Amino acid sequence: MLHAVFLLPLFPLAGFVVLLFFGRRIGEPVAGWIGTSAVAAAFVAACVTLVGLANQPASARQLTCSDSCARGASGHAFFTWIPVGGLHVKVAILLDPLSMTMAMFVTGVSMLIHLYSIGYMKGDRDFTKFFVYLNAFVFSMLVLVLANNLLVTFVGWEGVGVCSYWLISFWFHRDSAASAGKKAFIYNRIGDAGFLLAMFLIFSKTGTLTYLTVFAHRHLLVGGGTMTAAVLLLFLAATGKSAQIPLFNWLPDAMEGPTPVSALIHAATMVTAGVYLMVRVNPLLALSPDAMWVIAAIGGATAFVAATIACAQQDIKKALAFSTVSQIGYMVLAVGTGAYVAAIFLMVCHAFYKGLLFLGAGSVIHGLDDEQDMKRMGGLRRTMPWTYVTFMTAWLALAAIPPFAGFWAKGDILANVYGKTLVLYALGLLTAFFTAYYMSRIYFLTFTGRERWATPAPDGRPAHHRPHESPWVMRAPLVVLSFFAVFAGAVNLPWVHTGTLDQWLAPVLGSRLFNAHESPAELVWLAVADGIVAVAAAYAAWRIWGRTSERPALEPAFLQRVWYWDNVYDAVIGRPGQVVARAYAVVVDGRLIDGAVNGVARLVRSTGNGVRRIQTGFVRNYVLGIALGMAAILAFMLSRTK
Amino acid sequence: MSLAHPLAASAGASRRAVLLAHAAAAHRSRAVDAARIATPHIRYEAILPEIVMLGGAVLLLAVGALVERQLRARVATFGTLAVSAGALGVSLWQWADVTSHGGFTAVDRAVVVDGFSALVNILVSCAMFLTALVADGYLRRERVEGAELHVLAMVSASGAMIMGSANDLIVIFLGLEILSIALYVLAAFNHRRAASGEAALKYFILGSFSSAVFVYGIALVYGATGTSNLAQIAGFLSTRVLTSDGLLLAGMTLLMVGFAFKVAAVPFHMWTPDVYQGAPSPVTGFMAAVAKAGAFAAFLRVFVSSFETLRADWQPIVYGIAVVTLLLGAGLAVVQRDVKRMLAYSSINHAGFVLLGLQAATAGGVSASLYYLFAYTFMVIGSFAVVTVLGRRGDAAHDIASYRGLARRQPLLALMFAVLLLAQAGAPFTTGLWAKLQVVLASVDHSVPLAVIAMISAAIAAFFYLRVAVLMYTPLPAAGAAPGVETPAEEPVPLGRGVAARALAPTEVAVPAAGAPRARPLWTGDERNAVALDRLNAGLLLDDDPMTLALVGAGDGAAPEDAVGEGALGDGAQAVSPPAGGAGRERVLVGESGPAASLAFDTLAGGREETLDVVNVLATGPARVPPLSAVAIGLCVAVTVVLGFWPGPLTAFAHHATLLFQR
Repeated sequence: MLHAVFLLPLFPLAGFVVLLFFGRRIGEPVAGWIGTSAVAAAFVAACVTLVGLANQPASARQLTCSDSCARGASGHAFFTWIPVGGLHVKVAILLDPLSMTMAMFVTGVSMLIHLYSIGYMKGDRDFTKFFVYLNAFVFSMLVLVLANNLLVTFVGWEGVGVCSYWLISFWFHRDSAASAGKKAFIYNRIGDAGFLLAMFLIFSKTGTLTYLTVFAHRHLLVGGGTMTAAVLLLFLAATGKSAQIPLFNWLPDAMEGPTPVSALIHAATMVTAGVYLMVRVNPLLALSPDAMWVIAAIGGATAFVAATIACAQQDIKKALAFSTVSQIGYMVLAVGTGAYVAAIFLMVCHAFYKGLLFLGAGSVIHGLDDEQDMKRMGGLRRTMPWTYVTFMTAWLALAAIPPFAGFWAKGDILANVYGKTLVLYALGLLTAFFTAYYMSRIYFLTFTGRERWATPAPDGRPAHHRPHESPWVMRAPLVVLSFFAVFAGAVNLPWVHTGTLDQWLAPVLGSRLFNAHESPAELVWLAVADGIVAVAAAYAAWRIWGRTSERPALEPAFLQRVWYWDNVYDAVIGRPGQVVARAYAVVVDGRLIDGAVNGVARLVRSTGNGVRRIQTGFVRNYVLGIALGMAAILAFMLSRTK
Repeated sequence: MSLAHPLAASAGASRRAVLLAHAAAAHRSRAVDAARIATPHIRYEAILPEIVMLGGAVLLLAVGALVERQLRARVATFGTLAVSAGALGVSLWQWADVTSHGGFTAVDRAVVVDGFSALVNILVSCAMFLTALVADGYLRRERVEGAELHVLAMVSASGAMIMGSANDLIVIFLGLEILSIALYVLAAFNHRRAASGEAALKYFILGSFSSAVFVYGIALVYGATGTSNLAQIAGFLSTRVLTSDGLLLAGMTLLMVGFAFKVAAVPFHMWTPDVYQGAPSPVTGFMAAVAKAGAFAAFLRVFVSSFETLRADWQPIVYGIAVVTLLLGAGLAVVQRDVKRMLAYSSINHAGFVLLGLQAATAGGVSASLYYLFAYTFMVIGSFAVVTVLGRRGDAAHDIASYRGLARRQPLLALMFAVLLLAQAGAPFTTGLWAKLQVVLASVDHSVPLAVIAMISAAIAAFFYLRVAVLMYTPLPAAGAAPGVETPAEEPVPLGRGVAARALAPTEVAVPAAGAPRARPLWTGDERNAVALDRLNAGLLLDDDPMTLALVGAGDGAAPEDAVGEGALGDGAQAVSPPAGGAGRERVLVGESGPAASLAFDTLAGGREETLDVVNVLATGPARVPPLSAVAIGLCVAVTVVLGFWPGPLTAFAHHATLLFQR
């Protein structure tokens, strides 16, 4: 059963290929169903693999190409990709509880969002193309997750990057969408450079890129700050992909893509790849305490900054995007604390409820003719009951109201951070307050209060028609996800010790680090504190936003403009960069490089034209050439005779 | 080796130069010979692939004469396919045998069966199979009947196989002649084309010359070492120190010249462009693949195994030859208008790369060379298969201009050709990249400058491959000049396929309908870009070179008389006499139906029909792709791309073949 894992990436790949070549002929909606069933098949394969893996004893829950296989022998690998000198790169799978967990929720959530997209993208001009990209994305994501070495992970990493680019700019006839795609791509390229450098560094020290072999030889990386450098370079890649400070600005813009894309790629799966990468290389992290502190600090800061910005956004998707950044900040904070299980726990729960939030938002946007401004919503609970109820569960989960999933996941992280440092714990708790506040704000503005969509906007935009509830293909995923948003916390309850996520991941990540130092009483107090903060923030939000939508004092420009972060980048990097680029284009590229290239080309051609005169077409001249060549060689040889 | 004995007497004098003479042994053997001639025991399984190939050829010749006329072509093709598949099967069996039991020598040590020979046999069988597929369509199109082309090709292939498994200089020579003589006839096969005959004549004269040189080399080496057996030469040289090695070095030089001629290394390459251009296109592909594979196999075996101890002497020469071959092959290809001729120079460039592996003279170098040959075979046969198809009836439409806009007329064919060209340029995800990477890796350990020169030549080579690729994806110029060719206004998107084309289509439709003078590719945003692009295209088509300018300016009524016959094929001759496509293209573009132009061309290429074909290339629409040719092209592209994505198996194959090198 374990070997079903080899089918996992192949199903979406098959879907991609079929849709790529025949998609246009197949057309809507069958193409959508093909795409969905490809991912559903992958999900089934993942379930089968999961059962197989769970049946193994805990210590044997691993399927990978062995050490000798990594060095060239055959084994559990698709094929040897690059056999050059000492570098043997196999396209092979590393299946362990960690990658299994990732594969499960990636395929599961993807399947639901594929299904949802059939309804959401109905009537779009490029309906089939959407599913081509979506299947390619799932394939790349599975490659990323299941790879047994850094290079193949990198292939998946770039694959999801390019799919993300295509999908953000899916409606590329809109300028904003096209430039948002470029922005995402460029920010990610910066991170990818870190990934490449980290690979070079690791390979130069250990001579391999295979995870398990690198971990076995990780002592070679210690000393002279090498380990810290390697970890921080990988973390740079993670900040790009997972939208952390300093590379987080692309994610809000990425909301230009269709809403299912925002749900799947920019909330549930791809953006958590950075966290996954850091968790995957946890044996390296353990040897670099300095890097851990940096990671924890960046995670905490990102969580806080993004949460404050989310409090002042008007666009429902942008608000949710900043919320995603903030939540991933929590995960990164957990990674920096060494609480890897907590990070994965929040990642899984977050995938459910954030995916649900986006799908709910998509349902609202769909119902209101592409309206995204929350100030033009309100009172939707009467017209969209399904969306309303499911969105509410996601709201409660993300706001960390007990006993919903988010409460347990975030509580786990905060308890661990508490054990590491009080400063970051305080920041995390403050962020938790903002989190519950902005989430409640979104909820109240959208579903309660006056029906603002029914009247024309102050700036003259006309009123909307009465919104309609979405079709069943869109509602069904909402219901399934909302079930998990409520109950997903049950996989890792703090007082249960067997059959938990914790125990499941223990072979990969070791047992709890900080939680173990805290007494049960302390844990209870921490949980109570979390709960009180969350409920208080939700209450405050209800008092503020329950009736009205206009509170300019609470939406300062500083927050609306993202702490002026983009402006700073523009002034410090963008504009000087443009000046340099322009100068470079004219002087270096135009004169120096083009000049050299054209000069060489002219030289080659004139030499060629000169030399071709020898090629007269007369046999006598050819024979002369042969004879002269022979004479020259003979002369050389005879000069070497003894 | 019994065949060598007649030479023994003449070589006797030189033997005195040997310090540790083995006169006693020689004396004894001569005494034995006087008594009786010993026929060696023959292990037939050792030469089974050659037997299958050669026997199949003879059988097919007989069968071809017996069957009805209309069945003959089909019988010839499928018979050849069956025979080469059989030879491939036997070679694979040999490979399996060698990998499990190791190599061995047979037939009085004249033939060796090892990984190396098995690889060459596999390679040649594949090449024969593919050539048969391509040749079928060609023969039907040119209305040539009979099995002769197939039979000759099989004979030639068996010669290459003999060269690959020879363990004796005399056997190598035997293989070389079997290979070459069949090729001489093949080059002249299309007797309706004067160019074909001219090519064959040139090839024959120069080939005989080089064969003579080669035999002379064998004689000298035999004189110096007392044997023509490769293993015995190696043994002799490793156990003895020569006081005077002039004879040996001279012999080695002559052998090298013989090989260098066959593999088309500069300065022994001059026949290549003329012969490649003049020979029928499927034969050119076959020649480029099989002759090169056989010659390189023997070249590698003789120099890396027999003359290993003399490495210090021959390595610098191979180094020098490799440098000029790499640079001149690439440099001269840049200035060619005729695609076949360009590919000929490109094959010279490829030979330079294979020489890099020989020059390294290490196991890694040999395996890199083998890998290169394998990858090259599929790329070059595929490329010439496309050229064959596009040559149309008369096999004459090879001017680079006739490739323009191919992607619009035949998108799939253009894509395949583009892939093959990119592979030859060494683009990633093709075998071309790995081939170049391996030979460069092998040579970089030995000499960094040589590796750098190889890279530079690869960069130059990339230009002319990409030129054809870009041209194929560039639309035809000049609306109105060639009625019936130009894209109609309501369908102006020239790329044919792709996301960009589809996306921009609605906005682009309106613009050209308003009477835009030129059909422009999509990426030209404004007029300035269009001008730049036109200039680029002009450069790509070599429109600005003196030859074309002279053509356009003065017309070409006066073709010099001496261009007819010997000088019609040749770079220098082109400067005064227009090539086929050139004349045709000018007529199409400018719209003048200059009788002078076609007349001049008639005298050159012999046959009014061809000229008309060239003129009609652009007007007649897509070239017909015979199904079997399509299969061949598809196979070549598939091998190139699949093994490019997944280089492991072929690398391991070449590596093992080298490890199993029987010394």
